[in-house]
Amino acid sequence: MAYSFDFSSLADYVPVLVKGVAITVELIAVGGALGVTLGIACAWAKTQGPRWLRPLVEAYVELIRNTPFLIQLFFIFFGLPAIGVGLTEMQAAILAMVINLGAYACEIIRAGIEATPKGQFEAGASLAMSRLQTFRHVVLVPALQKIWPALSSQIVIVMFGSAVCSQISVEELTFAANFIQSRTFRAFEAYIVATVLYLVLAVLVRQVMRGIGALVFPRRSVAR
Amino acid sequence: MTAFSTWDIVSNLLLAARWTVLLSLLAFVGGGVVGLVVLYARIARRAWLRRAAGLYIELFQGTPLLMQLFLIFFGLPLLGLDVSPWAAAFVSLTLWSSAFLAEIWRGCVESIPKGQWEASSSLAMSFVEQLRYVILPQSMRIAVPPTVGFSVQVVKGTALTSIIGFVELSKAATIITNATFEPFTVYGFAALIYFALCWPLSKSSQILERKLNVAHHHH
Repeated sequence: MAYSFDFSSLADYVPVLVKGVAITVELIAVGGALGVTLGIACAWAKTQGPRWLRPLVEAYVELIRNTPFLIQLFFIFFGLPAIGVGLTEMQAAILAMVINLGAYACEIIRAGIEATPKGQFEAGASLAMSRLQTFRHVVLVPALQKIWPALSSQIVIVMFGSAVCSQISVEELTFAANFIQSRTFRAFEAYIVATVLYLVLAVLVRQVMRGIGALVFPRRSVAR
Repeated sequence: MTAFSTWDIVSNLLLAARWTVLLSLLAFVGGGVVGLVVLYARIARRAWLRRAAGLYIELFQGTPLLMQLFLIFFGLPLLGLDVSPWAAAFVSLTLWSSAFLAEIWRGCVESIPKGQWEASSSLAMSFVEQLRYVILPQSMRIAVPPTVGFSVQVVKGTALTSIIGFVELSKAATIITNATFEPFTVYGFAALIYFALCWPLSKSSQILERKLNVAHHHH
């Protein structure tokens, strides 16, 4: 039963881990930004968009939310080339993350929009703003502000999901841990270090999101 | 090479989906049982118990499920424990769901007005009696929709067990793809089967939630 931990055997592999962290950060930064953008577009389509677009967005959201990320990733990476859309590992991983986050973000942001008082829309209209202008200037920012914590959590969840991208040999953090494990047979050490790094990354993602929130959202001058 | 018809692909995927269903059920039940224990600790009177449960929840919610799976599957054999993919899949999914369920249920328990605790305490009930006869029966009602909703996460979580070699729906899809070279069809059907499993759960969770809210408004 006695197992002696030996983290020093990992010392040679620090560059591998650093690279893994860098790629995970790249995945979540690009995937997060584009995913939230897609989520905003879908939330707009679902609440304000043309009527024909709504069932399409609805189908997209339901399909993505009710299938595992792994299958979405495999479908994009292995399946799409069969119909002529070839993607590199990194492109496939980012596309899968964007599509996945887009669906969840859509639902979260839609909830924020629906919590916006109707008077806001009317106020925008009475200032002769178009519907898109009203959405952009009056509705969206307060809606995002309301759901910002939930959105941050979802981005962290998607980052944890990105561990799966190692399976299409994207050399992110989990890939690095697998690599080290296969070289040193130090499974505990490799995965514990990777897990701790994920914990740290999760904290960082939340901090960055809080920072963005503080920058983007004007501080409320009126008490709620 | 044997030719695979589309029906061969679908029927083989469906056969493998039985294991997805079985693993989901076992992990959900296991997660529920362990989750109740964690919940008890999370709302216990002793501060150290609450803190320990909080840490447990934080740990399992704050790290990727895949890492937990790897730690159990590749890590435990180093301690001399022989872990089959089945056991590793079941144990890690159970622990992972228990953390989420405990946290969901804590929210439900805390939504019960404080007066209920005080009333039951004034009837000289012990902590366990309070939970058993007063608090849990009331919070159970609120807990049903999010619990059903979480079961979708468990079904989707089982897909990760394919990575440690447990042959369920996702692993079967990979195996069949390697035999047929038709990834588009195979992963497409696999996605549809997952959808068929998860969507009814998502929908019923939504419907239950709406029903509950309606009941709330009429009070």
